[in-house]
Amino acid sequence: MKPAIEISQLNVSYFGSKAIQQVSLSIDAGRLVGIIGPNGAGKSTLLKALLQLIPRESGSVAFHGKSFNEMKTSIAYVPQRSEIDWDFPITVFDTVLIGTYPKLGFFKKPGKKEKEWARACLKKVGMEKYSDRQIGELSGGQQQRVFLARAFAQKADILFFDEPFAGVDMASEAVMIRLLKDLAKQGKTIFVVHHDLSKANEYFDQLVLLNKTVLSFGDAKSVCRKEILQSAYKDPFSFLEQQEVNG
Amino acid sequence: MNFIEAIAEYEFLQKALLTSAMVGIICGVIGCFIILRGMALMGDAISHAVLPGVAVSYMLGIPFFVGAVISGVATALCIGFISQNSRIKQDISIGIMFTAAFAFGIILITFMKSSTDLYHILFGNVLAVRASDMWTTLFIGLIVLLAVFLFYKELLVSSFDRTMAQAYGLPVKWIHYFLMTLLTMVTVASLQTVGIVLVVAMLITPAATAYLMTDRLWVMLYVSALLGVTASVVGLYISFTYNLASGAAIVLVSTILFLLAFFFSPKQGIIWRTRRAKQKLLVNK
Repeated sequence: MKPAIEISQLNVSYFGSKAIQQVSLSIDAGRLVGIIGPNGAGKSTLLKALLQLIPRESGSVAFHGKSFNEMKTSIAYVPQRSEIDWDFPITVFDTVLIGTYPKLGFFKKPGKKEKEWARACLKKVGMEKYSDRQIGELSGGQQQRVFLARAFAQKADILFFDEPFAGVDMASEAVMIRLLKDLAKQGKTIFVVHHDLSKANEYFDQLVLLNKTVLSFGDAKSVCRKEILQSAYKDPFSFLEQQEVNG
Repeated sequence: MNFIEAIAEYEFLQKALLTSAMVGIICGVIGCFIILRGMALMGDAISHAVLPGVAVSYMLGIPFFVGAVISGVATALCIGFISQNSRIKQDISIGIMFTAAFAFGIILITFMKSSTDLYHILFGNVLAVRASDMWTTLFIGLIVLLAVFLFYKELLVSSFDRTMAQAYGLPVKWIHYFLMTLLTMVTVASLQTVGIVLVVAMLITPAATAYLMTDRLWVMLYVSALLGVTASVVGLYISFTYNLASGAAIVLVSTILFLLAFFFSPKQGIIWRTRRAKQKLLVNK
């Protein structure tokens, strides 16, 4: 069987500087994979390059052996919180309903079936009570749960999340990680940009340690060893601080 | 003679009323997308940029909405080209290009026979609307409304979450230029009612007012259209009764509606907001 995500020799430049260098990865279906690395390591850039949101310089990417264009309606992406306009006049329910748009195509409006499905997705993340709220009225954790519901609504095989736990309370984080693990068990492949090292080995099956290039890739436990992490987080103090605060 | 009797009596007033009502609706609808995408300045720019196109169309004797759409969209493309290919940011690029287009338009119009034309294009004169102008406006209006109806989903998602829209394969750049085209058409339709200089107010003010009143995009579209029509009709009434410039009257009515919402809107109005904040303080004490 073809791997869910196959990246080979990927290079990306961003405003003249190399952001991603020679990244090759092969990720099997049904895995929950975390991407960790210091600030400016190119984690979000890697995600965006995979989704063709920014141009690739060289290299190839395949999803289940197919090109992005053939697979794009089977791929869901949840952007960073900072990219969303939280004042937008849209309710929680309508935000989730957007998840049904990619498979509808042009001209078709979401009907009863789509609405029921969106409601079911909202229920899954425990947010059905907030259906009619404007999205800016929710807490950070609730907002991320709504976007998780939207990703569910896309019925995607491969899901990408950019820092889904940033600004999220502990309870929401626990709910979200449980749901992501369930999804992975159903055979979905999930790729998550993650910031907090402390729980990385509990959360993910596999980890990618990135600093422009792949420093380490493998089982979460094997990547989460001190000497490997230190190679990426060059300033040992910042690394130690993070461990103390979170640990 | 009062306004109602005058409408029954005079055909020119009926045309003016119908035209400005349609302008109120389409400006209100397109304006919602303009403000939600943070493109208020762009709206101002494109509305000014139609001037050279209108002038050339006059000279060639072709319907002026053809020339206007061409010069409007060309300006939008130039703005995009400059900001994407240099360190010049978009707002600067907008400032350079639309003033250039506008200045060029003014020069072209001075070559034309009368300066009253320029005055009417800049400030509108709804009471001089001819039947052909009215039909053009109604036709443009129907096209714009149909386009928004058909592409509502795409306009919504690309305005709300551009990255997701792009990720699932929507041509977000084309949607942008599509919206710019609709914007130019709306501007052309509004030429006679409010004039080029004040179109931006019709685009932005009713939409911003609606934005303060609701949390749902589709409701915002209806409310904005309704506010646009209200401003147009009331403005026309004031213009007729007190013999004032129609565009200016319509815009000021629209501003008053905005101020009412700004102070009294149940959710966003500052009066209720400060009240709620005070109540919270009392509860906490």
